[in-house]
Amino acid sequence: MAGGTVSGEAFEGLERSVRRENWRRIWYRFKRSRLSVVGLSMVVGLLFAAIFADFVAPYPHHAGLYIGFRDAYKPPSLEHLLGTDMYGRDVLSRVIFGFRYAFLLIAIVLSLVVPTGVILGLVAGYYRGTWVETVIIRLSDIFISLPPLVLALSIASILEPNIYNAMLAVSLMWWPWYVRLSHSMTVSLRNEPFVLAAELQGARTIHILLRELLPIELGTILTKLTLDAGWVILIGAAISFVGLGAQPPTPDLGTMVSEYSKYLPDFWWMTLGPASGIVLMILAFNLLGDGIRDVFAGE
Amino acid sequence: MRSAMSRVVGNYYIRKLAVSIVTLFGISLLIFTLARVLPGDPARLALGPRAPEEVVEQYRRALRLNEPLYVQYYYWLIDVLQGRLGISLVTFRDVMVDIAEFLPATVELVIFTLFIDFVGAFALGVLAGRKPNSLVDNTIRVFTYIAIAIPSFVWAIILQLVIANWLDLLPAYGRLSIGMSVPRITGLITIDSLLSGNFLAFADAVRHLIIPSVSLALGSIAQEARILRANLIENIGKDYILNMHSHGVPSTIIFFKYALKPSTIPTLTIMALDTASILGNAFLVELIFNWPGLSRYGVIAMLRKDLNAIVGVVLVIGLAYTVASIVIDMIVSYLNPRARQSR
Repeated sequence: MAGGTVSGEAFEGLERSVRRENWRRIWYRFKRSRLSVVGLSMVVGLLFAAIFADFVAPYPHHAGLYIGFRDAYKPPSLEHLLGTDMYGRDVLSRVIFGFRYAFLLIAIVLSLVVPTGVILGLVAGYYRGTWVETVIIRLSDIFISLPPLVLALSIASILEPNIYNAMLAVSLMWWPWYVRLSHSMTVSLRNEPFVLAAELQGARTIHILLRELLPIELGTILTKLTLDAGWVILIGAAISFVGLGAQPPTPDLGTMVSEYSKYLPDFWWMTLGPASGIVLMILAFNLLGDGIRDVFAGE
Repeated sequence: MRSAMSRVVGNYYIRKLAVSIVTLFGISLLIFTLARVLPGDPARLALGPRAPEEVVEQYRRALRLNEPLYVQYYYWLIDVLQGRLGISLVTFRDVMVDIAEFLPATVELVIFTLFIDFVGAFALGVLAGRKPNSLVDNTIRVFTYIAIAIPSFVWAIILQLVIANWLDLLPAYGRLSIGMSVPRITGLITIDSLLSGNFLAFADAVRHLIIPSVSLALGSIAQEARILRANLIENIGKDYILNMHSHGVPSTIIFFKYALKPSTIPTLTIMALDTASILGNAFLVELIFNWPGLSRYGVIAMLRKDLNAIVGVVLVIGLAYTVASIVIDMIVSYLNPRARQSR
């Protein structure tokens, strides 16, 4: 070995410290905006409450079926911070369990939609100008040409109304947006020298797509993903509100708003709880998403 | 030269419309397939569990449910092209008749919403963008963060509760107060009342429109105001504005004529996307306000699995969205000479 090359071990150490430095830089850029830090702590706090709902909620057994007419229709008090509902269930406890379903919705929808959409977009962009691209893009255009909520509602209406079919409906509606995003990025990267170099070296297509192109697109995808989380909650809540999603007594936030809004205007606190729960979730993810966008926009 | 140019532009829109129509057929195929492939017998669903098997079988044959899927779709498509969408299970009438009855209420609501959206977004965006980081700007920023995070149906519930129920300022339900009636000419009550010279009914109809359309518009207003503000600030920092200042052009003219105009283009583009969310959210808002429109009809159809009605409503909404985005596209290219030329 000629002098000047770095030994494998030292190289690994170097790589690790570079990576640590990158993370430090990302965190620095992120925390420059106070609102993004607020968003991050809100998301972490809500996630904590959702995971440990059994311990955080003051009356965990009120989440599902529970009837205690003695405590029904009580306005907010120290005992029941958000009041109680028509069956005497503690609204705050049910809202905390509602966060669990909201996070579940985000996790399932995004883990179905993002890989599917991104891979289809990569393939469509890589085979630009061929029938592969035409088929994928036209197919996703069909889904995009309807207002998202209308499409989600009509898919949900054909399926049995439950929480998993609501997730399926949101996912079926969502994937084309990731196809578009990764397709447009792939098209613009397609003829860059590093892609051509990889092709000339005989790299397999799958290597080019996943190891050469995907890492560059990851920042933008991550940004969209966080900004989308709020939308996913909104659409999911809308489906449940209409009655096409989770059914009572599931403590889903949208279902609760729909159930309790029948008792407006007299028992307004019932609706107030789950409605502010939805708003809190969306606000948290929007603030976090703005922060992440600023981090990657700076690059 | 000029006529050749306008022909190119015209071709562009014709092509766009053609692509959209093909896409709409794609949507119809999608929903048709989903509805037929999924478990559940449409004939049994339509006639109820107690109908005798012979009748159900007869119905099945009438709907060609025993034929292969592509044959069914073929006949269905021919029917749709002739304007026959089938019978609704909710109203037991032709879906076309139902759509004609319920569509005007939704059109009225959406147009009023878009108007409020446009005025609100530009007012807030300009107020915030004129003096960045001032008290006004910061107040508007806080408002936009919150307004975006509140879904339309939550806005609807809040505004209905506070303004209609507690303060009793505006009516909480419907399109007109009980006891008032307007002859049906266009189906848009505001226009019909003016045509028939009934100004009391006009005022009443507008009062009924305010809360539903504001709750539909607020989220879009916030989003568009933010985009407009950002673009205003970016454009004000550009060299051509500085150049105008140095030539002594009055700053009001600079702001409204030279900074605002290019800033409206991205805002209007976002407005096309927001139209989609307004059309979607109308489904919930009409339900909350008992608004007798197409979206409420659609929701009821969805809850009862009334497939003919669902497909009809979805096709109409899809068409409306397509037309709206083409119109906004035309406005944008009118405002943006570069987009005009690139076509």
